[in-house]
Formats: sequence, C-alpha cells, structure tokens
Amino acid sequence: MSKEIDCRGLACPRPVLETKKALDGIGAGTVTVIVDNPTARENVTMFAENAGCRVEVAEKEGDYILTITREGSGTGGQTPGTPPDAAEKTSCPQTAGDGTRPLTYLFSSNLFGQGAPDLGLTLIKSLFSTLVEMDPPPDTLIFLNSGVFLVCETSPVLKQLRVLGGRGTEIIACGTCLNYYKLQDKLQVGRASNMLEINERLTGPGKVVYIT
Amino acid sequence: MGPATLSQVLRQLPKISDENLLVGLETSDDAAVYRLSDELAIIQTVDFFTPVVDDPYTFGQAAAANALSDVYAMGGRPLLALNIACFPNCLPVDVLGKILAGGADKVREAGAIIAGGHTVQDDEPKYGLAVTGVVHPDEIITNAGARPGDLLVLTKPLGTGIIATAVKAELAPPESRTAAIAAMCALNKEAAAAMREARATACTDITGFGLLGHAAEMAEAGGVSIILHRRAVPLLPGTLELAAMGMIPAGAYSNREHLGGRVSFAAQIPAAARLTLYDPQTSGGLLIALPAERAPRLTGELAEKGMAAAVVGEITTRRDWLIRVEE
Repeated sequence: MSKEIDCRGLACPRPVLETKKALDGIGAGTVTVIVDNPTARENVTMFAENAGCRVEVAEKEGDYILTITREGSGTGGQTPGTPPDAAEKTSCPQTAGDGTRPLTYLFSSNLFGQGAPDLGLTLIKSLFSTLVEMDPPPDTLIFLNSGVFLVCETSPVLKQLRVLGGRGTEIIACGTCLNYYKLQDKLQVGRASNMLEINERLTGPGKVVYIT
Repeated sequence: MGPATLSQVLRQLPKISDENLLVGLETSDDAAVYRLSDELAIIQTVDFFTPVVDDPYTFGQAAAANALSDVYAMGGRPLLALNIACFPNCLPVDVLGKILAGGADKVREAGAIIAGGHTVQDDEPKYGLAVTGVVHPDEIITNAGARPGDLLVLTKPLGTGIIATAVKAELAPPESRTAAIAAMCALNKEAAAAMREARATACTDITGFGLLGHAAEMAEAGGVSIILHRRAVPLLPGTLELAAMGMIPAGAYSNREHLGGRVSFAAQIPAAARLTLYDPQTSGGLLIALPAERAPRLTGELAEKGMAAAVVGEITTRRDWLIRVEE
C-alpha cells in the first residue's frame, strides 16, 4: 500500500502529524511526504525512524521528498503517539536493552561487609577505586544510614566521589540520615535527598547493587 | 532572531568605549551593567516574545520571569520594570489585561515594581519587560569568569521548546505540559541567591540559544572549553521521547547550525538527545560555574529549595572544540 502527502506550506509540527496520520492509515507500505523546509525534513525523518520505518530523502527544486517505508504485518498499527507517562525522572538516563542501566549503588553503611570494621574500611576504599575505573560510570550512588559519612568531611573516598560526580554520576544522600548524624553542613559531594526520590531510584528500570 | 542573523546585525553597531560601562555587548552577556558609583552599578535588560502558552495570565507570568532572569544572572536584584506589549485590536482587550496581570504578579513576587510601559497594535500578541536592577560593582557575576577546574551547575531542567511544539501538536502528555509551565514561570531569584552565596565565578541564564548556545557564550567569553555530561543534564518529563518523535522547534536546528563544529559529541549519543541540548528554552535556569569544592553545597541548597539542579559538566582549558558532550 502507498500514500503521498504534500506538507509544503504547513507550519511545524503539522508535517509530523500528517505523516503520523498517513502511517497509521496504511500499516505496512510506503508513505511519500513532500516538505519545503529543513526543519520539517529533520522532524519527519526523526519521527518515522523512531516508529521503526526506513527513510530516504531526495531533494527536488528546493523541496524535500521523503520516502518512508514500513515493513510489517499490515495490520494498520498505531505509530507511537502519546509517550508512556510512567514516573519520569527529570534527568533521564539511557536504558540499555539488557536492563543493566541505569546502574545504581546503594550504600547503607560506611563500611563494606559484616565483620572486622578495619577490613570494612579497606574494602570500601577498594570498591571506590574500582567504581572510578568503570566505563561508563555508575548512574546513581545512594547513601543511607551511616553510609552518609562517605559523602561528608571525614570520608576516605571524597576524591573518588568528586571524580564520579564530574563524570555525571548522580550522588544522593538521605536527608533524614544527614540530620540524624548532624552532618547537614558537612556534606562535601552530591546532594541531600528524601525517601520518595530514593524509592523511585530503587524501583525504577535498570539494576541496583546493594553494598552492605 | 536566530543567532547567526543577530551576530551579523550587531557587528554593524559602533564600538562603545566608556569606562563606566562594566558589561556591554562584547561578551554576549545577559544584561548591560553601568557603574554609578563605587558601591552601585545599574543593570538594564529587555526581553519580550510571542505567546508560549494558551492562557494569557500564564503567558504574562512566563514572559516576566524570563525578562527578570537576566538581572539575576548578573548577580543583581531587580528594582523596576516597564511593560512592553503588542496586541491586535481584533482580540478582546481583557486578554491583554490578563497578560499584564500575570506579569505584574510575577514582578511583585520578585520584589520589584512595574512603573509603566508601552503598548502598540500588532497582528500578533507579544509581551515582556524592560527591567532595571542594581548590583555592587564588585559583585557582578558575568558570563566570562569561568576557570579550568570549575564545575557547571544547571538550575532548571531543559525541554520547554520541545514540549511547546508537542503541545501544539496535541501530543504532549499532561505531566510534560504542567512541568514545562511550572519551569517557565519559576523565578531564578532563589537560584541566584544561592549562586551569590556560593561565590560563583561565572553565570548565564539558558534561553533561546539552548544549553549549548549559552554554554558556548560562556566558553568564548572566558577563553575556556566546556565538557558536558549529557546524562547529568536534567530534562523535563517526556522531553526525550517527544524529541524522538520529531517535536523539535526550528530554533533548535538554527542553534545547531550556528554552533557548527564548535560542539563535539561522543559518537553513541543519539540524535534526539543531542537536539534536547540545542532546544531553545523559555525562561530557563541559571548555568553557574564555580570551584569544584563549592558545588556540592550549592546543589544541596538548591535541592532543598525544590529545584532539580545538577552538576552537568566542567570547565577545561581551551581545546580544538569549544564544547564536548560526553554520555
């Protein structure tokens, strides 16, 4: 099945809307869209590729002819319209297809492991040396209970945390915990957060690693 | 007006040299600053535009917040504002009344006063303010002071241009629309207070040239380069998905064209994500450069005041590229 639509003279975002309508109408097949400006050319291409179609662009006398092809079962499926309104964080990490991103570490203590405290300290330092080498870096680090000591003045891993922060890792510390330990003014890296946000990070897509 | 055309026009203006003009055109800064005495400098700025939302009162609020922002971005305090309005005589005049009411309430919220203005007949409505502010000459924060090693903090999420386009197409989820309106109407007053306390080295506000355009002005003015971490840049809900659906305003493409090869992207960053960084913002947040050790306290304070602020990058010495965007 094929269809041709002339979107010349239409103001943005009408060309994308007309293209969407045409694609919804035919299911599988080809839609040819004519536009007269680069913005429409870019936006219609972006829309169609995002909808799983192949797009070829040709230029003719100042206009652009976009040939959009969709393979498929021809059942007249809906192209993506209303984006999913799942709980969206304002900063949106790219999710990998295998579910391993975004990667979040939860620190519920300032030591790593149950047992000798001095060993726990050595292990935390060793873990952070490893985190700094990760490529890409972890997306979020959450500090809870005595874990908040790691983001405050006397922390043995401040330098590593600053490097991670500079590379885009989100660093958040439970506000209640900071207040409990009277560390509100001693926060050196990252920012204070609350249980609502922390819960969102723990229950969102991706992977959470618990350092206990 | 697009950045390329604007540069061309401004190049024709005669160069000013007056020792009391502390900040003028040369560094593409947010406002003009003129010294009146050793303790007092006056800030002047003007901004107006066509409706960004349907509701007239909300439009007035957003336009006023946008105009006031430039005073905050210089480290100053707004004092006085004058309305600039264009209005078609075929529209009911109470629409204009609501726009002006929105503006007046926002100016009052900023602690400043509207002392007059000017309205002309036009085919389409436009509204904004000419704002006068004050600042101590030693406390002016220009866009030129960023130093290698400084971190960059952004105080509002991006996406108002993309969401406005989606609203026009009736494809914006209600959550996106609500968040965009709240962001546009929010004053940068609290963010600026936190910035001054943190003793920022440079600041600019993010408006029509997008995050990359305004960051580029900061880098050019300071003779430095900037690395941005795109996953750290806060986005309004739905922005990335709407961008992937082609809801991108023409202004994003002209911003991209104007910056050209001065911006370098990590290969794996998808096209839609790149365009969010060129997306023209209405009444965006402050982009603040400050020494690394003061950044966590600043983001902590901003978070406490309810802002989705984040460290989005860092300043480096000047490289071949002006701005490098990493994942």
